[in-house]
Amino acid sequence: MTTPERWLEKHNRKLLMDRSAPGRIGASHARLDVPESELPDAALLRDNLDMPEVSESEIVRYFSQLSHYNFSIDHNFYPLGSCTMKYNPKINDEMAALPGLSEIHPFQPEETVQGALKLIWHIQEILAEVVGMAGASVSPKAGAESEFAGMLMARAYHLSRGDDKRKKVLIPDSAHGTNPASAVVAGFHVVSLPTNEQGNTDLAALEAAIGDDLAGFMLTQPSTLGIFDTNLSEVIQIVRDAGGILYGDGANLNALLGKVKLGELGFDVVHSNLHKTFTQPHGGGGPGAGAVLVSERLLPYLPEPHVTRAEDEDGERFSLTTPPQSIGRLGPFQGNFGALVRAYAYIRTLGDVGVSQISEDAVINANYILSQLRGTFDLPQDRHCKHEVVFSAKNLKDNFGVSGKDVCKRLIDSGIHPPTMYFPLPDVVEESLLIEPTETESKETLDQFIEVMKLIAKEAEEDPDLLLNAPHNTPNTRLDEALAARRPVLRWSRD
Amino acid sequence: MHDTTATSHYSPNTDSDREAMLAAIGVESAANLFDDIPQDYRFPALDIPAPLSEFELRQELGDLAALNATPGDYACFLGAGSYRHHVPAIVRALAFRGEFLTSYTPYQPEVSQRTLQAHYEFQTLICQLTGMEVANAGMYDGATSLAEAAMMAARITKRNRIVLAETVSPAYQSVVHTYTQGHDNLQVDVIAADGSDIPEDAACVVVQQPNFFGYLNDLEEMASRVHELGALLIVSVDLASLGMFRAPGSYDADIVVAEAQTLGVSPSYGGPYVGVLACRGGRDFLRQLPGRIVGETVDTEGRTGYVLTLQTREQHIRRERATSNICTSVGLIALMSAVYMAAQGKQGLRHTAELCYHKAHYLASLIEDIPGYSLPLQGTFFREFVVQCPLPPSEVNRRLLDYKVIGGLDVSDRFENGMLLCCTDVNTRGEIEALASALAEIGANAS
Ligand SMILES: Cc1ncc(COP(=O)(O)O)c(C=O)c1O
Repeated sequence: MTTPERWLEKHNRKLLMDRSAPGRIGASHARLDVPESELPDAALLRDNLDMPEVSESEIVRYFSQLSHYNFSIDHNFYPLGSCTMKYNPKINDEMAALPGLSEIHPFQPEETVQGALKLIWHIQEILAEVVGMAGASVSPKAGAESEFAGMLMARAYHLSRGDDKRKKVLIPDSAHGTNPASAVVAGFHVVSLPTNEQGNTDLAALEAAIGDDLAGFMLTQPSTLGIFDTNLSEVIQIVRDAGGILYGDGANLNALLGKVKLGELGFDVVHSNLHKTFTQPHGGGGPGAGAVLVSERLLPYLPEPHVTRAEDEDGERFSLTTPPQSIGRLGPFQGNFGALVRAYAYIRTLGDVGVSQISEDAVINANYILSQLRGTFDLPQDRHCKHEVVFSAKNLKDNFGVSGKDVCKRLIDSGIHPPTMYFPLPDVVEESLLIEPTETESKETLDQFIEVMKLIAKEAEEDPDLLLNAPHNTPNTRLDEALAARRPVLRWSRD
Repeated sequence: MHDTTATSHYSPNTDSDREAMLAAIGVESAANLFDDIPQDYRFPALDIPAPLSEFELRQELGDLAALNATPGDYACFLGAGSYRHHVPAIVRALAFRGEFLTSYTPYQPEVSQRTLQAHYEFQTLICQLTGMEVANAGMYDGATSLAEAAMMAARITKRNRIVLAETVSPAYQSVVHTYTQGHDNLQVDVIAADGSDIPEDAACVVVQQPNFFGYLNDLEEMASRVHELGALLIVSVDLASLGMFRAPGSYDADIVVAEAQTLGVSPSYGGPYVGVLACRGGRDFLRQLPGRIVGETVDTEGRTGYVLTLQTREQHIRRERATSNICTSVGLIALMSAVYMAAQGKQGLRHTAELCYHKAHYLASLIEDIPGYSLPLQGTFFREFVVQCPLPPSEVNRRLLDYKVIGGLDVSDRFENGMLLCCTDVNTRGEIEALASALAEIGANAS
């Protein structure tokens, strides 16, 4: 039966093409201020342009009405592990929108974009300093593209030494899926390494897997289990002795700022996700920006363009250059400049003191959650974590038949975004719940979260249906993902 | 003066919060939480500048911005893959609402319907505009869309030769080389733009429409030649042109790639932008498509809703066997271009395309009459065209700055003293005429 709510709900979900009425326009039309030229041959022209016709006010209403259908950092606690969903400062958006930064064209002559180049150069320098590396490129557009660039540099390095047998890349089973996928796009073949009981790299398995075909090892620090590998010094020694390149996935740098420099430990290449650690907003799936940072021996291979600085009696001058043995371009231009402006604004705001304080608070907050939920959920690695902690809902699954997913969906009813679920993967941790609070949450918010998680665990025992049928208060209850894949409907069509 | 606290305004923790939490954790100090880091490397100093207040930050970034010559203050005639347009106010107003801006990739569909529905709109509008059956939710930019499309075509056809027409953007060609360099089996060939020498074992032929130099080609015959050889036709299209010119779907393109920055996104010195990847709707294409795809489904109450779908192609499930390594993409920029397409709509897209067309042709007609300048190419162009200058273009551009004009792209490696000029809806008649008279003066002083 159609209730008023149901009817409205349906209306809200109506797509633009169904809201269209012939003759409506959604934007003012500029006047043609030059003489008209003859139109070209009709064979080149289109006769049907079936696009929506909707007024400006209706477009605003439509997109705004959908607002309460999303959780976001501005509205909700969002402890999504591995994603560093920290507060995104508003001033950064305003800075990125300054006309002198947002309106400049990527092909402008260098002398007309010295401010932009100076900003890029500074961010290269600052990131290299924070991670302890010799140089940086900020042209990758996300973490995965940085990984790809890093592994292409590893390839170029080996080939330049005539070492063309090195085709194998080792990656722990706890790594993010982009690590193996990026290594493959760069032309390598991937061997997965097990994680040991303590969550460290399994040294025996590593020893067994190395050989003269080893191109490199991709290691995430702290790992996606939220812990720092206490075998790290041995791992680095083994990989180095075997002639491999040590790749550091720095997506989790929010734990390490001012605490350790991965470059000083011996990593050859590290990437940073500026949309995690350095507050580029996630935008519902990007844009991000990736920095790829390298040690001395990989400097010649950095992607082009690279920003360099020269100084003479006329002052400083910044240029776009091509490193001598560059792996080439990752995109047509200089990368996601708008994200670089935000990262720069953020780092300049916090400065030296503030940047180190980030990691201290992020790590305290995560360990506090660990200490308070220990006993409520299984804790596969009961040791100090870094900026995030992995629990397992296996106890609830075994005892009451509710899964990690059910816990997540029930959490939604309290207005909290779920943690990352089923990553790390089930063969590393069963029913994993990866919780990353970040440093921008207050103790009060953490206490609320802890309380809610305990209540949910109690409900799992007393009234599991509450979890199994959750969420209860969202515009959609659980969605049929199998149906979506079996019978793909990927766009509106006129029926 | 009152001393301010060490706590940043972005982080609520006070010293007493920290003490309370450390006590609950059972450690004496925060330093104990980092005991697992090798001692010699623990707590390095960071040599970065001291903090700035918001007031100081504004000044610093304002100063940096002031070092740039800003289009708007300057007339600007650059295009070549990044375009300036008037962007209706609602694009930013809607995209920058916190619900969109500060949400993650929609992995939890029940709390991400706004993002998912917006991306479904993007997919729909891109299909409507390009005439294709399916589009994904976006790639990093147009060039990576092209590289991914070429590798996708190789997987679909099980062939290894990627063929690029020589009139594809040089930067896009470079990106294809970057993306394929690790694959010893893949070969990249560049052929003449008329397609007269397509290799028989081509996996795909990539053409740009209008081509890099601004000119359109009738691609119908090209499509049938490519298909006869069992290859796929990939068209890299200027989306703004589709307000008036034929959609690639209508001349039988198999895959369409594009840069959607031209639809409502500022140039922002090269990014963030959003790449379009649209294709035929068959399972063989769907299985090989990279990137995120939103699909329609129903919830347990039978209500319509949207989810990320066909995820078994993606890295978080398929790892080393994924169709691509892409994860974080450019969702917000896809949303901006969806709002732009909605606001422009059927009439506005046509109108804006015509503004570009007429303004570019007016500029070309003025330049043709200036002694020493000529147009080396014949045919139909949309909003970009090549001009042969009496001086090296770098020199012309340098002198144009004195007239507060940012000239075109130097393409003298392809055409002697060639400059690629572009006009869009934001180039006023005043700017166009100022450029023409500046070129005339520069030309007159050249000899
Ligand atoms: C540990 C880890 N590595 C790599 C990535 C990939 O980064 P991106 O999504 O920016 O491509 C992510 C996040 O998505 C991550 O959490």
